[in-house]
Amino acid sequence: MLSDADRIFTNLYGLGDRSLAGAKKRGQWDNTKALLDRGRDVIIAEVKGSGLRGRGGAGFSTGMKWSFMPKEVDPARPHYLVINADESEPGTCKDREIMRNDPHTLVEGALVASFAMGAHACYIYIRGEFIAERIALQAAVDEAYEAGLIGKNNIHGYPFDLYVHHGAGAYICGEETALIESIEGKKGMPRLKPPFPANVGLYGCPTTVNNVESIAVVPTILRRGASWFAGIGRPNNTGTKLFSISGHVNKPCNVEEAMSISFRELIERHCGGVRGGWDNLLAVIPGGSSVRCVPAHQIIDCPMDFDSLVALGSGLGTAAVMVMDKSTDIIRAIARLSYFYKHESCGQCTPCREGTGWMWRVMERMVEGRAHKREIDLLFDVSKKIEGHTICALGDAAAWPVQGLITHFRDVIEQRIDQYTANPHSEPIRVAAE
Amino acid sequence: MTKILVDGVEVDVPPEFTLLQACEEAGAEVPRFCYHERLSIAGNCRMCLVEVKGGPPKPQASCAMAVKDLRPGPAGAPPEVFTKSPMVKKAREGVMEFLLVNHPLDCPICDQGGECDLQDQALAFGGDSSRFIENKRAVENKYIGPLVKTEMTRCIHCTRCVRFTAEVAGTGEMGAIGRGEDMEITTYLQSAMSSELQGNVADLCPVGALLPKPQNFRARPWEYQKTESVDVQDALGSAIRVDTRGREVIRILPRVNDAVNEEWISDKTRQVVDGLARQRLDRPFIRESGRLRPASWQEALGAVAAKAKSTAGAKMGALVGDLAALEEIFALKLLAEKLGILHLDCRQDGSRVDPSFGRASYLFNATVAGIEDADALLIVGSNPRKEAPVLNARIRKRWLKGGFNISLVGERADLTYDYQYLGAGPDSLLQFIQREQEPAKKRLVLIGQGALARPDGDAILALAAQAAQRRGGISEGWNGFSVLHAAASRVGALDLGFVPGRGGLPAHEFVKRGALDLVFNLGADEIEIEPGAFVVYIGSHGDRGAHRADVILPGSAYTEKSGLFVNTEGRVQVASRAAFPPGEAREDWAIFRALSGALGDALPFDSLTQLRKALFERHPHLQRLDAIESGDAGSIAKLAQHSAVAMKDPFVSIIADFYLTNPIARASAVMAECSALAQSRLRQAAE
Repeated sequence: MLSDADRIFTNLYGLGDRSLAGAKKRGQWDNTKALLDRGRDVIIAEVKGSGLRGRGGAGFSTGMKWSFMPKEVDPARPHYLVINADESEPGTCKDREIMRNDPHTLVEGALVASFAMGAHACYIYIRGEFIAERIALQAAVDEAYEAGLIGKNNIHGYPFDLYVHHGAGAYICGEETALIESIEGKKGMPRLKPPFPANVGLYGCPTTVNNVESIAVVPTILRRGASWFAGIGRPNNTGTKLFSISGHVNKPCNVEEAMSISFRELIERHCGGVRGGWDNLLAVIPGGSSVRCVPAHQIIDCPMDFDSLVALGSGLGTAAVMVMDKSTDIIRAIARLSYFYKHESCGQCTPCREGTGWMWRVMERMVEGRAHKREIDLLFDVSKKIEGHTICALGDAAAWPVQGLITHFRDVIEQRIDQYTANPHSEPIRVAAE
Repeated sequence: MTKILVDGVEVDVPPEFTLLQACEEAGAEVPRFCYHERLSIAGNCRMCLVEVKGGPPKPQASCAMAVKDLRPGPAGAPPEVFTKSPMVKKAREGVMEFLLVNHPLDCPICDQGGECDLQDQALAFGGDSSRFIENKRAVENKYIGPLVKTEMTRCIHCTRCVRFTAEVAGTGEMGAIGRGEDMEITTYLQSAMSSELQGNVADLCPVGALLPKPQNFRARPWEYQKTESVDVQDALGSAIRVDTRGREVIRILPRVNDAVNEEWISDKTRQVVDGLARQRLDRPFIRESGRLRPASWQEALGAVAAKAKSTAGAKMGALVGDLAALEEIFALKLLAEKLGILHLDCRQDGSRVDPSFGRASYLFNATVAGIEDADALLIVGSNPRKEAPVLNARIRKRWLKGGFNISLVGERADLTYDYQYLGAGPDSLLQFIQREQEPAKKRLVLIGQGALARPDGDAILALAAQAAQRRGGISEGWNGFSVLHAAASRVGALDLGFVPGRGGLPAHEFVKRGALDLVFNLGADEIEIEPGAFVVYIGSHGDRGAHRADVILPGSAYTEKSGLFVNTEGRVQVASRAAFPPGEAREDWAIFRALSGALGDALPFDSLTQLRKALFERHPHLQRLDAIESGDAGSIAKLAQHSAVAMKDPFVSIIADFYLTNPIARASAVMAECSALAQSRLRQAAE
């Protein structure tokens, strides 16, 4: 369990002062110049050494990602940092809390990260529905400008502009290249890769897209040292992580915890346990809607980190833990997710555009049981034909929940089909009174 | 060059080649829908997936990945691509299944059936049956103009049409609204497209979602007799394929000719077909007491011969219109020589181009493909978008590449690219010539007929030559002096010297009242022959020329004869006969041959072959098909020396209405509809 001294987001719940003065009291913006004075290479090496993995879901090494940016800045092609604050993954609400209550961690992180990759401008692309968060974040940015912490002539001697860009509420705009398109004023549709954004990104210039949490933890990592961060959690799964726990627990919450904490400990300590006790646990979606669900017996003592959950065929994703107890109609739950992906598919490439709708329709019938058992395999096959065939990862994200359902709960689906076959009428058949 | 293994076959390709191109190079067939050579890469249909060794364990879109993006194998072994592996086969089947789940099974009533990419590829790469039992998506049809019919349920969202209007046509009128499976292709608020190239989207559409509206349910692809030919609607000479069913021309499609039209044609070229069947002159007519009455050939030829015999050569003239082929121009010229006619002209618009200035003075010397080599462009008195839309697309293509400075003297117009506006008339051209500025290296000076078809046309021609001379238009290996003609017959007629002889009057003078007693009019419908002269009209359509005629000798349209045409670059091309002329109409050269017989002094040929032989003897360069006999750049220098005292009047483009420039187009109901739409757009814009 993470001690309070090791927490990075000390105002996650908004109990303290959100303003710059409050942030400074909590240790942010403390001699940021000294951090920058270490130089680009040292900062990148430090972030690499901390073992920080991207907090947006894919879990790619953040330091590695930064090192992909060209070493020298071509004056005709400036570098950009884009911060992905389009947090739309169902179940995920961690970045929201950072921007609302601890925005200066992000603003400071943006400066440090931009410096590390030679970017003089940074865009924060904030989700359309986040109104309060945008206001809070914009206020923090304005404060920072006013205090000369950022801006053309700031006290750190590194010209830096920070723009808060408001999206229009499309899930796909959280995909990094779609996000770039959206900032450019185009329709939010993912681009083909290669070329990767590190070569051809925003306005055709080298760009790195990072999650809010990945950026916001950087100043603290630099202040406390890579070894401190690397010392938390298990090797290759280090540091602290914001978990958003929702669903059938007694006290759903957002909490910063050490990586690799076991699921049982996470729930017991912070959420007051599963509703109805551990025996009542049915399944958990451990990383936001895009990962496969994991049945209770597999997850209970599993460490919550990237590698352990991948070993279970799922993933840590955004660490949005959705807990479902035995009152849950798991087919219905996954069908709702299928509807979400069908609704949010951008329509650009074929497998996702046509396949998500197909899966959702089959899922809807499965909820009632109005299907054939052979269609379970059909559904699985369709999901496999979407996965890996699309331009972006939305196809994969749409396929995985369905695959998880079929892998772990085939018996439930079959039972539902049997039920329906036995009585294919929604209302009981009335028998004439004798 | 990079080595790459495709299914075990090693090929050596440039590193910027896409995998798809490399696969084609190796002879492996890769199915595709969204990929098109002349459009940007979208990579959205996912049909061209291939397996890449050493890459991620998922199939890659071969259209979007370059050979240079692949990592070589261990010890520098060339990267490997597989197009027939089980993974690829499964991926293709999957994508094909997805494409078909919401595609209606209406092939039997779909006009695309038989030439449908989806049909063909489903057969080759798809599964055997459908597993989709949900309801299929239905999409409301959209109105996008009079030329393209939509059946949007069939759309597979390849976005070729969207990319075409954005990139080639430059109007950006099509787009996708909605997202996911609700994505629909449409124009903004379902307004009609305004591009002159919009018909091409129907060709690009791989399925039957966008179809040519005028050909709706007319014929099946396998019923067509296909004839390769060239177009005469503008002076570009686009390569076309004329599809006929029975005796009727049903549709005209583009053929690929990278030197001229790539694979686009203008809407006039494409949809003028219904004009070929309307307003046709199908028998000879003679005017009696003010009214035209049908007559027999013998009667009509006799009447002409009688009139010709009683008229002195100096009081006779001959006029060639815009759609005539070399053969009939040549036959008319020989006939004129026999009759001693000096008043010959092929420039009914009053253009001052003249073969005596040298061949280079009236050719598009830079060539159409040469536009892509130019580094600057000066447009003088032309609206290329109206005068040659496909050429305009070429200019836009060059402009999109960047580093292409375009300036314009003449009428302001939306040309689909940005240009620097220098001014309206000759003064601005003069200022441009006198600029103290480093000239471009390869400037193209495009001179439209709007600058030349005016009394001071020679002066403008000289000014333009100076502009080319002094502003980087002429250099070693580059002749950027380029005249853009609007009439398909013009360059050919100039090559044959169909201009006034010594002491002869030009067309705009000999049509005046009292100038001549007899005029032979070979399809010139854009000029008013004033009352007085006896007019013999040889042509295919009942238009202005026929109304003015005293004797009508019915000829054939360009799809009904084999004829040579020389395009604005000086390229000799052959149009082939796809259908027969209606009724008693004959091929035009044969009419002159018959007329010469009636006059008692027959022309020295009895067949087209003999005629061409005689033609090639006099003008040997015309026998080199598809080749350009380039003009001498020195004549531009000489031209620049001519006196250049021009009037102050602004240049006006000669084309007021793109859709109604010739008798065939004016007979077409489709063109009339397009014209009305364009006019109403103009009125709306003016308000």
